[in-house]
Amino acid sequence: MTLRASDLLTLTREGLYCPLGDFHVDPTWAVPRALITHGHADHARSGHDSVLATRQTLRIMAVRYGEDFCRSRQEAKLGEAIRVGEVTVRFAPAGHVLGSAQIAIEAQGVRVVVSGDYKRAPDPTCLPFEVVPCDVFITEATFGLPVFRMPDTRLEVRKLLDSVALFPERAHIVGAYALGKAQRVMALLREAGYDRPIYLHGAMEKLTEFYKSEGIPLGETPKVVATERGKLHGAIVLCPPSAIQDVWSRKFPDPVTSFASGWMRVRARARQKGAELPLVISDHSDWPDLCRTIRETGAGEVWVTHGQEDALVHWCGTQGIAAKPLHLLGYGDDGEAEPVAAAEEAA
Amino acid sequence: MNEFAHLLDRLAYEPRRNAKLRLLQDYFTHAPDPERGYALAAMTGGLTFREAKPAMIRGLAEARIDPVLFALSHNYVGDLAETTALIWPVPDPAPPEDRGGTRDGEAIAVLGHNNPPPHVPTLAEVVETLATIRKADLPGHIATWLDALDETGRWALLKLITGALRVGVSARLAKTAIGALGGHEADAVEEVWHGLEPPYATLFAWVEGRGERPTTRNPAPFRPPMLSHPIDEEGDFQKLEPQLFSAEWKWDGIRVQLVGGRDEAGSRVARIYSRTGEDISGAFPDLADAITFDGAIDGELLILRESRVQSFNVLQQRLNRKAVTPKLLEEFPAHARAYDLMAADGEDLRPLPFTERRARLEAFVAALDHARIDLSPLVAFATWDDLAAARADPASVGAGEDADAIEGVMLKARDSTYLPGRPKGPWWKWKREPFRVDTVMMYAQRGHGKRSSFYSDYTFGVWRAHEDGGRELVPVGKAYHGFTDAELAKLDRYVRNNTTKRFGPVREVAYGLDHGLVLEIAFEGVQRSTRHKSGVAMRFPRVARIRWDKPAAEADAIDALETILARGEREIAPGSTIAGAEA
Repeated sequence: MTLRASDLLTLTREGLYCPLGDFHVDPTWAVPRALITHGHADHARSGHDSVLATRQTLRIMAVRYGEDFCRSRQEAKLGEAIRVGEVTVRFAPAGHVLGSAQIAIEAQGVRVVVSGDYKRAPDPTCLPFEVVPCDVFITEATFGLPVFRMPDTRLEVRKLLDSVALFPERAHIVGAYALGKAQRVMALLREAGYDRPIYLHGAMEKLTEFYKSEGIPLGETPKVVATERGKLHGAIVLCPPSAIQDVWSRKFPDPVTSFASGWMRVRARARQKGAELPLVISDHSDWPDLCRTIRETGAGEVWVTHGQEDALVHWCGTQGIAAKPLHLLGYGDDGEAEPVAAAEEAA
Repeated sequence: MNEFAHLLDRLAYEPRRNAKLRLLQDYFTHAPDPERGYALAAMTGGLTFREAKPAMIRGLAEARIDPVLFALSHNYVGDLAETTALIWPVPDPAPPEDRGGTRDGEAIAVLGHNNPPPHVPTLAEVVETLATIRKADLPGHIATWLDALDETGRWALLKLITGALRVGVSARLAKTAIGALGGHEADAVEEVWHGLEPPYATLFAWVEGRGERPTTRNPAPFRPPMLSHPIDEEGDFQKLEPQLFSAEWKWDGIRVQLVGGRDEAGSRVARIYSRTGEDISGAFPDLADAITFDGAIDGELLILRESRVQSFNVLQQRLNRKAVTPKLLEEFPAHARAYDLMAADGEDLRPLPFTERRARLEAFVAALDHARIDLSPLVAFATWDDLAAARADPASVGAGEDADAIEGVMLKARDSTYLPGRPKGPWWKWKREPFRVDTVMMYAQRGHGKRSSFYSDYTFGVWRAHEDGGRELVPVGKAYHGFTDAELAKLDRYVRNNTTKRFGPVREVAYGLDHGLVLEIAFEGVQRSTRHKSGVAMRFPRVARIRWDKPAAEADAIDALETILARGEREIAPGSTIAGAEA
């Protein structure tokens, strides 16, 4: 009797579940055993009994939730086969944020890959995505429309630096997710030769320190001192996106409001956010890379977890690949739900 | 073209005037001729060429993209030009190891040694080509350009060629930036502007100190108008001597200049300019026909029926129509009410004092003797109290049945010369008291720029009787100024603490019979509106007072606005007699 993909992975209220291994992947509720692809809050929640994830993801969860975020934890080394129940799992880099991984689940010669969130574009702050051939590929579709074709990040960072040069008296406040995007923007700025301090909102301080401790050079990144805000003329300040709408952002000198996000690709979205300097920098696959990745995995079947699934499912159909949307709930529209409210007050 | 596109992109997101100015100056300083000249023309509405239809753009896109994917994308993005710009399949310039393989959902040509990168068109090339291209060649040309441009370049190109380029920069601001390149005021640019053609090489040469001031050969040039300051009733009157000033009614129409002259061939030239120098002669041929003189009259464009000035609502109806039809001309006859004479028979009168210009104007209008052009009368007064009485009741001091079209009085220093711009001192406007209504705040939206963390734009409503006998609030307008920074901070806190729902940048606040914040709104008038649920729209609404003390249940009802509306609509119906209208 051959195994069907649905024996390897199915859907429960908590999210993706592997009956043969008795574990969930990125569950949105607390479960006995969770395999976690990456540290963003909507994929990595606290309160599971046991967690299997890469060392960096485990560290990120500890930074965010405290050391007691689960009862027991196990580190997954990239590429290493790990036996869980009746299946073998393997973690492979996903290129999304530091520590992010795809999880390949295999039994009786059938392999399903849960890619989590991933991107193919170069990122100096994490390992590049690795194609894992599989029978069923489970993909996100955050930017699953052909209008999402992300530009070269160097051009976007140039836009920011040009603005700083043109408006040297104004603070440039860049909204960026505290995990991954913020550090990537810092690294891109350093690559572009920017060597002045990059000021940080308090909510991204610890994670940035963690990135640095992992050997990623980000240069001088002081925390914004509340009483000094008015003096940051010409400075680049990074903060969680929500902080821009918060009273916190008021005291800066005539701030230029910027956001670093794939959503900035579409004008209506950028406007709705109130962006004055939209930077199209995405940690998710754009449309060409979603299509290319599906092809390269050689998967005969594709399941789409979240995002703009209609277009991607349609495209798979035109390529002769069976595809279905999973309509997974609980994964943030933006790829990450930020618990910043409390941190903002502290900042 | 890409540089121009990136400027437009940046301008479209930038709310601050001074920042826009700096972006413009930066571009004009660095961009070469004739590129920057065409950019200036694009921003000042100076380009004319065959526009492309949206259906043609859609056709180009659908020939290249799976129509299902295009439809899903268009639905998501919401704008055809932007969708096409983003989705347009381009040859991939990245080496295979970087981006790799074929891209999908699109027909792709990968660049190799035999495929040099496509030629990126300049804006000048685009404009010059569009001016001469045959219709049948248009789609192919546009496709070639789209292949070569980047996302922003494609967006700007598509907006430009479909005539939908809106960048949040007024012609005036663009001219201000040009003037600043050479330390000139915008008015100095206006003075020479109407003799110039894109790409404005002589203009750039002048402001950069490389050439002479362009001479205008325009026989009917625009002259920057003189503007007034609002008078501060508390402070200013004590300092001003009544006998040094003349007063006129402030008419509620649009400020225009009527300019006539003869070109080199001896043909008559007639122009009507708006306050900002826009040539609006085409929209008012009936009034342009009245310009049989050689000179420049400064005045107000009004609709007159049966010799009576109609309310701004009536003028608005004419302004809203694009096509100038015989019926429109008959029902909405345009007139000019003259209040200054800037030039006559080749003589520049602007250096003369007001009283002398006024005498010349009176003689000029009398000699002209045209039913479409009349004189704005002076308002006699001896003391400021006299003038206050006239302002409060124009009908009682000679304005007669035109009183409803008067929005205050103007004060002009009798010895003042005609100065372009807004000099402080010689001219004052004293607007009539605004209407006021007590409303309840219903929604608040975050502002832009410095206000992006403040809920600073308020939608407010008034009470309306409900079918079931109760009362409900209906939104009637939106206001975003009239309060101090300290009040804004307090309003912002109120909104955050009383939010009931969130819709993106908008919050609904608590309102109803038992709770809600009363905003006293000042406004200049009311118009019918099909866009508002209440059926009415206000002119220039602003927050006059924040009534922290007043219960929401005591705010005004829609009847208050209906009454004002009825008063404004007491105009003469087209073709009817005065008696009929008054009945």
